[in-house]
Amino acid sequence: MTATTAVPPAAGRFRSPRARLQAYAIRHRSATIVVSMALITVAMIILPQVPPLSLIQRQSSWFDTFANAGVFILLAMGLNVVVGLAGLLDLGYAAFFAIGAYTYAYSNSPFSQQDLPFLPMLVVGAAVAAVFGIALGAPTLRLRGDYLAIMTLGFGEIVPIVFLNLDKWTEGTNGIGGIFRPEPLPIIGEFSALSPFAYYILMVGIVTVAMILLYRMQDSRIGRAWNAIREDELAAAANGINTVTTKLLAFAIGATTAGFAGVFNASKLTIVSPEQFLFAVSFSVLAMVILGGMGNIWGVAAGAFIVYLIQVVVLKGLNSMVEGLGIPVLDKINFVDYQYLLFGLALVFMMLLRPEGLFPSQRRRRELHIADELAGPIDEPGVIGALGEAPGSADEFGEAAGEDVPGRDR
Amino acid sequence: MTAIAVAAVAVYLIVLWMALFLFGGRTIDNAFPEALQQTVNALSIGAIYALIALGYTMVYGIIELINFAHGDIFMLGAFMSVVFIGGITGHNEAVTDIPLLIILLLGALLFSMPIIGLLNAGIERAVYRPLRHAPRLAPLITAVGVSFILQNVALTIAGSGDRKAPQIFPLEWQIPVGGAQISILSIFIFLLSMVLMIALQTFVSRTRLGRAMRATAQDQEASALMGVDANQTIALTFMIGGVLAAAAGVVWGLRFGFVRFDLGFNSGLKAFTAAVLGGIGNITGAVLGGFIIGFIENFSAALGYSRWSEFLVFVILTLVLIFRPTGILGQAAGDRA
Repeated sequence: MTATTAVPPAAGRFRSPRARLQAYAIRHRSATIVVSMALITVAMIILPQVPPLSLIQRQSSWFDTFANAGVFILLAMGLNVVVGLAGLLDLGYAAFFAIGAYTYAYSNSPFSQQDLPFLPMLVVGAAVAAVFGIALGAPTLRLRGDYLAIMTLGFGEIVPIVFLNLDKWTEGTNGIGGIFRPEPLPIIGEFSALSPFAYYILMVGIVTVAMILLYRMQDSRIGRAWNAIREDELAAAANGINTVTTKLLAFAIGATTAGFAGVFNASKLTIVSPEQFLFAVSFSVLAMVILGGMGNIWGVAAGAFIVYLIQVVVLKGLNSMVEGLGIPVLDKINFVDYQYLLFGLALVFMMLLRPEGLFPSQRRRRELHIADELAGPIDEPGVIGALGEAPGSADEFGEAAGEDVPGRDR
Repeated sequence: MTAIAVAAVAVYLIVLWMALFLFGGRTIDNAFPEALQQTVNALSIGAIYALIALGYTMVYGIIELINFAHGDIFMLGAFMSVVFIGGITGHNEAVTDIPLLIILLLGALLFSMPIIGLLNAGIERAVYRPLRHAPRLAPLITAVGVSFILQNVALTIAGSGDRKAPQIFPLEWQIPVGGAQISILSIFIFLLSMVLMIALQTFVSRTRLGRAMRATAQDQEASALMGVDANQTIALTFMIGGVLAAAAGVVWGLRFGFVRFDLGFNSGLKAFTAAVLGGIGNITGAVLGGFIIGFIENFSAALGYSRWSEFLVFVILTLVLIFRPTGILGQAAGDRA
């Protein structure tokens, strides 16, 4: 059993219950995910009925919120594969989300006069997004990472423009509306705008499956290859990893996940239009991944959930709360307008102060702080003295030493 | 060099003339003046992209960072010019009094350029410098964050709609040439950016600080050992990039008559494409790329496909990165990893 090697060697009879639980969770990861997701699902059914949450909105509205949050959790988990695991920066992630959504819109709307079943389309939408991911990634992933960032940024910008401009096929700004809702599923019931419960349960199912698959992937040979590439691409290539294919796989999986999210979102909103997929979406998802903790799957999911709730519940709540107080200047402020400023600041400060995110993955944390560790002792005066009259000072020598830090680039 | 540039512009003029005749439904006679006017416009818009692209290419050349916030620096430059001309001097209409116009234009440049230059250097000091040795992803993500902060600061202060930029340079000043009306503003923009680019080229190739910049870009460690202060040089690079972007912002306002908080996003993407097209890290390349992008955008607009210009630029970016990632003037050693 290779999985057992993941248990910390210090483990023994004297482990605390927490350590034991952790060891168990690592050994039986899928079961743990299923159990914890089930617990969370139940909690999220019960919690909206008790005071703090029930005061904000009705239970069905909470289901709606949770289902929408699920879309962002999926997006964040998918982007995490690209950014967190493989270490590639994808700034046009919303494009794949858009492609998944439009695929579903074509298969299920009065506009295209099609009415294909929902669940198979979920897979088709994801597959179409993956094809686009590969088509974009294949030429660019051979280049260095910075170029990928700008290419994806361009792609994310272009996809809505194309949907906007091809109005003969996409209805332009209005978008494709009146998308049919999914047919009722056994047990979870009917999908409708008034009772979002079915969407909520379906979303929980999708997130659970996605999480299990992503965790298994992370722990597999591919996951280790991603780690290796992210930390030192040259060394990874020297050890026989086909870096282009491996990166492409990460990119395709990211796109696939976004495709799933896109299909789900299109069926839930029953309309797709270009302005749903602007750069702000890619940016929000990136902020979720960074805040949650790059590379830590559940951390990223939690980050997405928190950020989404801040976006749609907390800021609005703050608005109505402040209005009630009647303080002259404050009640004119619409906090929702400041959300992206807030995320921008959060992104910059996280990068400066805690790049590993709120719920860091251990590996990522070491990687991101290794420069500090190596540069640390060199800055001590004794070592500088040895440099004699070298121009510049402590700073420069520290930098020179930092140059060879693994994972800095390439 | 100059001869090649003039020849290239002439070729563009003829191509556009023919294109307007063949695909634009004009007659051969009235296609020419239009083509001539459009060519001059292309030179002015290309000059704006070139000025922005210089900031991308210089920063990338020295610290290998795609400064995503650079487009927004340009946007803030345009806003600063509006603040000076419309806000401080109170001129909102065309100024036909030539000495006054010169004073106003100089004032706008001298107001906007130092502020934006210092802002860009300040951003470098505050957020990029601490991350200079962090893993590559960190400064990139930070740059995206900074871009969003700048955009949203502008959004908060100026609102989400177009803000009128005072077009103090009279648009009706035109030179009639063979039936065409050549806009003097376009010529002014072109000449101004030429002056700035020549000044930059002289600075980089002739002065001590310019040499320090080139040395730091080539090998930061070695130049540090030779006594070049890397931090100061990098800050200087950001400052120059900001100054040029601010100049681009000032002329943008004169030319297009509006500013908006998200101006920097599209223009930034195009200018970056220009920098890549010319060969990132190469100053002449950025100028060349800027003009090429300007011509391409102008060409699609002249034929009535202006809403596809972004798409076209993206396709070019893709093709360049696939087939010649080092750009037109980039070295063969290049940046492939």
